[in-house]
Amino acid sequence: MNSQLLSLAIWVPILGALPVFWIGSERRTLVRWLSLAVAVAGFMVTIPLYTGFDATLSSMQFVEQSPWITRFNVQYLLGVDGISMPFILLNSLITVLVVLAGWEVIEDKQAQYMGAFLIMSGLMNGIFSALDGVLFYVFFEASLIPMYIIIGAWGGPKRVYAAFKFFLYTLLGSLLMLVALIWLFLESGGSFNILDWHQLRLGMAPQILIFIAFLVSFAVKVPMWPVHTWLPDAHVEAPTGGSVVLAAIALKLGAYGFVRFSLPIVPDASHHLAPLMIALSLIAVIYIGFVALAQTDMKKLIAYSSISHMGFVTLGFFIFNQIGIEGALVQMISHGFVSAAMFLCVGVMYDRMHSRQIADYGGVVNTMPKFAALFVFFSMANSGLPATSGFVGEFMVILGAIKFNFWVGFAAATTLILGAAYTLWMVKRVVFGAIGNDHVAKLKDIGGREFLVLGLLAVCVLAMGLYPFPFTEVMHASVDNLLKHVMASKL
Amino acid sequence: MLNNFVMPDLYPAAPEIFLLLMSFVVLFVDLIFGATRRWMAAMLTVITLIGCAAITLVTADGQTTLTFSNMYVDDLLSDFLKLMTYLAVIMMLVYSRQYMADRSLNKGEFYLLVLYATLGMMVMISAANLLTMYLGLELMSLSLYGLVAIDRDSSRATEAAMKYFVLGALASGLLLYGMSMIYGATGSLEIGGVAQALYQGQAEKPVLVFGLVFLVAGVAFKLGLVPFHMWIPDVYHGAPTAVTMFIGSAPKLAAFAMALRLLVYALFGLAVDWQKMLLIMAVLSIGLGNLAAIAQTNIKRMLAYSAISHMGYMVLGLMSGVVGGQIDAFTAINAYSSSLYYTVAYVLMSLGAFGMVLLLSRAGYEAENLEDFKGLNKRSPWFAAMMLIIMFSMAGIPFFIGFFAKFAVLLAAIKAGYTAVAVVAVMFSLVGAFYYLRVVKLMYFDTPVDSAPITAGLDLRVLLSLNGLAVAAFGLFPDALMVVCTTALMRSL
Repeated sequence: MNSQLLSLAIWVPILGALPVFWIGSERRTLVRWLSLAVAVAGFMVTIPLYTGFDATLSSMQFVEQSPWITRFNVQYLLGVDGISMPFILLNSLITVLVVLAGWEVIEDKQAQYMGAFLIMSGLMNGIFSALDGVLFYVFFEASLIPMYIIIGAWGGPKRVYAAFKFFLYTLLGSLLMLVALIWLFLESGGSFNILDWHQLRLGMAPQILIFIAFLVSFAVKVPMWPVHTWLPDAHVEAPTGGSVVLAAIALKLGAYGFVRFSLPIVPDASHHLAPLMIALSLIAVIYIGFVALAQTDMKKLIAYSSISHMGFVTLGFFIFNQIGIEGALVQMISHGFVSAAMFLCVGVMYDRMHSRQIADYGGVVNTMPKFAALFVFFSMANSGLPATSGFVGEFMVILGAIKFNFWVGFAAATTLILGAAYTLWMVKRVVFGAIGNDHVAKLKDIGGREFLVLGLLAVCVLAMGLYPFPFTEVMHASVDNLLKHVMASKL
Repeated sequence: MLNNFVMPDLYPAAPEIFLLLMSFVVLFVDLIFGATRRWMAAMLTVITLIGCAAITLVTADGQTTLTFSNMYVDDLLSDFLKLMTYLAVIMMLVYSRQYMADRSLNKGEFYLLVLYATLGMMVMISAANLLTMYLGLELMSLSLYGLVAIDRDSSRATEAAMKYFVLGALASGLLLYGMSMIYGATGSLEIGGVAQALYQGQAEKPVLVFGLVFLVAGVAFKLGLVPFHMWIPDVYHGAPTAVTMFIGSAPKLAAFAMALRLLVYALFGLAVDWQKMLLIMAVLSIGLGNLAAIAQTNIKRMLAYSAISHMGYMVLGLMSGVVGGQIDAFTAINAYSSSLYYTVAYVLMSLGAFGMVLLLSRAGYEAENLEDFKGLNKRSPWFAAMMLIIMFSMAGIPFFIGFFAKFAVLLAAIKAGYTAVAVVAVMFSLVGAFYYLRVVKLMYFDTPVDSAPITAGLDLRVLLSLNGLAVAAFGLFPDALMVVCTTALMRSL
């Protein structure tokens, strides 16, 4: 089996970004096509990860290992299981779409814009495939740099505030994680290998401290209530591409961290603090759902809906049953498609009207029928309509939650009402009705490139909703293995 | 008497002797060719340093050799630190060539004072006796005082030099007083002799601790640790930028050597006592340095406060070598080498940061305000990227060398049981991230106020690019430098 695939998935986009920078923003056509070529190449090298994946194994696959920092026994150790592999594909696909979405609308410093996204794509792949604590941390933190630049350089009027808030909030969390990683290194007798840490026996007190250090780090990234406040700011101010990557990929890093670190390394603390986690998740689902209902800015509304959906993911993890965890993972991927599509849709309208206020729209369906069809479809998926991907994950998590405790499941299920309420109400006000004003009357429908991007996502959403088996199939063995770790006490 | 004279082995001190002889050549060349051929003195200075590097490399045998009646030592650590010193000084000279010429400051004295300061650092690095240490320190400090005041018409520089001199003299006095106490208690000025006396436990503890306090104060002054940091912001701000770059780079290596030789080599037996002092100073430095840097609008002052906080992190490693009075060779080497690595990494980043200030300065214009970095990405994307690398590296964000330096130091601190201190340190580095991010914000998110083309010479541009890329490359492949630091320490302890 070819074992260089993960390295390729990481380094093809990063190294590919260098010539993009080199060409510079003057030669725009060349920059665009080269960026697209790099992004597509980056996606192509990840496809064998899916086709060559052995779903019956729970162990790590495509493992690469070589020493990196010998003094601290840090290794360049990569590998994926059924939990992380889908995210690498998702990330690489989203990168292609982001490059396409920034094709014409980014006029200022386009080479740097494209390069930043390519570098970030490689770093994100690194996060999902790193099996060494330091390597994970290094990718995790380095990915802040391009996102900081993207929000700050191409964002909206309050972009500087949003960029700083994003960076410092996330750094706050990850610094505590660094201390926890070093502590685990010393406790395990000199290993940074995450899989070794899964076997490490720990007392209850250190487990709880480590859990809290990880919690701060990952909760900020997810983001969970009450450390979610950076997300609406970052989403609103970021350019469309930045919002898409934030929602589709960056938010998943926090949730992924729970699965890779918190649950298997400190299972007893996870069980002990599960009520807290479930409470926070339900607050995110219900309270943030209501907050979303009150938004007048479309991007902010979708940002809050993201927080609410991610609450579902963390809920799924901390009810500790197979269907809950798998549902959460499916929800993560589905949310990657749906939120990306929703932000792209808002981006399409923003490019034409330079407004994100719901009140500035009305009757868009009359002038942009093709776009309206897609937008309505994605909104349905966002509110969890059956036959779309949004339904599968939510349904599985609700099933798992009811198994765990009826009332938790009941509370979680309110999202089906709330989600439908805020999404569809927005759609009603934006898309339907009479033409709201002259600007809407002059709107032009989406062109071929925009249709391609949204259409591709629509196919993904529909495919996953109708036939989720290929997605869940690869996860089974790995989730089984994860549950084995979570259920075994380390005390 | 003459028949008692034993010719000392000059071989271990060959680089120092070579530098001293060459300094006379530079002096004469400058005297004869004077103002017309300034470049000759500059070239000769660089050649001297390269020659020193060659001699150091040739004579490096990995053995610890004492000479001059045990007053001078040549070991792998001193060879490594000296090589880094030459490199830093050469880089400083190349960076500052045009800046000094534009301001007519490239007088012969400049090169001579740089050479003598370098000689002082070399003596400090190789000192095996408290007096040798003091001599080296004074040679370095006096040359630096002169350098700060080299622009004698600038009242700000003169004030800075005055302040530096008065406070520096005070620190030297403290150090000397401490040394006399140690001598009184142990009866030896030799570093090995002091360690021996401590090990045998004959020395009187109260006198020793009393002397130690003064020694630590003197060392802390040279490193610029809170509460002995007062001179740093003013001197960094007041001195010509090229001199600031000099003070902010190579002397940190010498100060590290001094701290290591005095505290670890000589007074290891008192580790429990000086650990506490260093702990307090480290936490204060990290805290105050990072907080005060936020309020600065002048980049030289900002970098001065950042230097204070960086030295705080460095000391964090220095104090983590002994766990609860128990000596364990592996822990000790791990901790001290993390400090050494931090110092080297800091010097590299500091040179780059001041190099950026020099890049943006031109004849009659000092680009020393943060505002001058506004919109740099529009003026020069390449150098904006270099500054981005250096700033994120200083903030401790991977993949740059600064992250691995912090990582190594934190690991040492947590290993020594200072987990709470490590948490405090990382929280303050969050504060620190803010002002480094602000520089990046100015470069990338703002529009330029100064649209003059960058006129710096090719030598500066190439060196700055190499410097920035080195910060990134040592971050991607941190292993080699770490191994070198560890080996140098292991073979010299």
